[in-house]
Amino acid sequence: MVRLEPRRQHSQAMVYLSPVLAILMTLFVGGIIFSFMGKNPFDALYTFFILPINNSYGISELFVKATPLVIIAIGLSMGFRANVWNIGAEGQLTMGAIFGGGLALYFYDSESMFLLPAMFVLGAIGGAFWGGIPALLRTRFNANEILTSLMLTYVATLFLSFLVHGPWRNPEGFNFPESRPFPDAGLLPVIYDGTRVHLGTAFAVLVVIAGWILLSKSVIGFQLRVVGKAPQAARHVGFRQKRMVWFTLLLGGALSGLAGLFEVAGPIGQLQPAISPGYGFTAIIVAFLGRLHPLGILFGGLIMALTYLGGELAQITLGLPNAVTGLFQGILLFFLLACDVLTKYRVRFGTPAAKGEAA
Amino acid sequence: MDWLIPLILTVITASTPLLLASTGELITEKSGVLNLGVEGMMLVGAISGFAVTATSGSAILGILAAIIAGMLMSLIFAFLTLTLMANQVATGLALTIFGVGFSALVGSGFVGFAIEPLPGLHIPLLTDIPLVGEILFGQDFLVYLSIVMVIAVGFFLSRTRGGLILKAVGDSHHSAHAIGYSVIKIRYMATMFGGAMAGLAGAYLSLSYTPMWAENMTAGRGWIALALVVFATWRPGRLLAGAYMFGLISVLQLHAQSAGVHVPSQFMSMLPYLATVIVLVIISSDRAKIRLNAPACIGQAFRPAQ
Repeated sequence: MVRLEPRRQHSQAMVYLSPVLAILMTLFVGGIIFSFMGKNPFDALYTFFILPINNSYGISELFVKATPLVIIAIGLSMGFRANVWNIGAEGQLTMGAIFGGGLALYFYDSESMFLLPAMFVLGAIGGAFWGGIPALLRTRFNANEILTSLMLTYVATLFLSFLVHGPWRNPEGFNFPESRPFPDAGLLPVIYDGTRVHLGTAFAVLVVIAGWILLSKSVIGFQLRVVGKAPQAARHVGFRQKRMVWFTLLLGGALSGLAGLFEVAGPIGQLQPAISPGYGFTAIIVAFLGRLHPLGILFGGLIMALTYLGGELAQITLGLPNAVTGLFQGILLFFLLACDVLTKYRVRFGTPAAKGEAA
Repeated sequence: MDWLIPLILTVITASTPLLLASTGELITEKSGVLNLGVEGMMLVGAISGFAVTATSGSAILGILAAIIAGMLMSLIFAFLTLTLMANQVATGLALTIFGVGFSALVGSGFVGFAIEPLPGLHIPLLTDIPLVGEILFGQDFLVYLSIVMVIAVGFFLSRTRGGLILKAVGDSHHSAHAIGYSVIKIRYMATMFGGAMAGLAGAYLSLSYTPMWAENMTAGRGWIALALVVFATWRPGRLLAGAYMFGLISVLQLHAQSAGVHVPSQFMSMLPYLATVIVLVIISSDRAKIRLNAPACIGQAFRPAQ
């Protein structure tokens, strides 16, 4: 018989080992799935995880894809620490793109150097606005933020679809559902020639550092850690849960909104109906893969970005459906959650010892 | 009046998947387990039902496959949260992410397939009654099953010993354990019932509502089903009313456009999602009512003291 025995304190080794273990198990299961689909598992895994990054352009693309994931996941992880489950980052990303991108479309012939900074501000405001609604509904009306934030994602996506099909459609665009291209002054500068790595990537690194400082050095970071680990103790010392809800949802929303703005002002360059391949949802996995720690999230973001690149490549070269990416992401999250048990419990074989020797 | 009958017919078909899925989730939550993976279980049920029906030609086999697929999905969830004590919120999200990917992968071979929709009931004379005949006696059997199930669940919870035990486990797992009930086993069963019903709801979508497969065809219905359980304050009677109210809201779009209402379609499509938010706000703001009706142990891991 297999038993789980609580550890006195969390195993530090397992905190680092369990994500690695989860990744290895995902690769193993992935290989099995590939062979079921009639592919050589080693070829398929190579195509998925090595081939995309065996050249410098591939590595630069990895940074491009990791940028939104890391920025969003840092914001979400703050909430998850305090048991605030914002799963509507995809909608907040969309609203950020609409707010910030809307400004670029309004000043579509602008050459002002102030356009881009103003778009940043509006993008963050748009995302924070969309994240603030679930915060208001939770703190004022007790409504579950999981469901409200997700429902608002559908609303945001439909709103973007309305804009690019209707009032914001490019008048010179042959009736395609997309906006005008943003003016040059509203596009993110590429920071490394010959690639698509843009200013947002540098910002992502700043967010990681800022997140780390916030968490380890600030009072609110301390409160977040306590609220998550010992909610009752936090209540006793008077940490206000409502403030945590507002702080984490506004921060998560603002960062998601910025990530959305970076996508439309960076790789995409205009508004269109689909601006994100589910970055807002994948960022949830990134947050867990990084163990809700900013540095971990940086690595987690790179790994999940690889699944996007690998999925695209496997689609082109092996004819695998793009859905494989989502499948991998789901399986990885399962294994992450399962391996987490190892940090809190010891796996013991055999029946419990009678005289308490096992303790 | 000639618009009323088609309206009622579409409301019934739009409400049935919501009712099936939320009836299952109601039992799961009553046992103290919060499974947020309804959307994923529905999608896997939908593709399993469709794939088996399309290849075998038998809708019955398809429906069975959908039920089994939903149960297997819920077993993954149950193993992670009940045996390994993983966080239920995170695991439910993982189940949905996995279900979206898995169904899209299996479904990529079935896009564009056409199948016969589930046949409607036809009772001579009764079905031919003008006006109400088709509404009452012309539906496919899953519609009747959804209503039978919600009544059965209501009876089970309020009138049977099993229902009492289930509620005890959901309200106070330590006491239930102390008097000798196996909390984990009961929660496994309740979770699997939820999975089976979500699978069935998915099969209804892909076999009857729109007899075809499309990626993400549930379009958030699994999440709306979760909200419905809160809306119903965990009571089956209100669940039935809520599912039909949401069914009505979600088909308004189709009928508004034919009635000449000129609102952009995207705004009409937002209605079910906005209604969900509004309904959650109205119900949840009555904190006392929620506290009175919500299973007290919902979302909490249970580890029997040894």
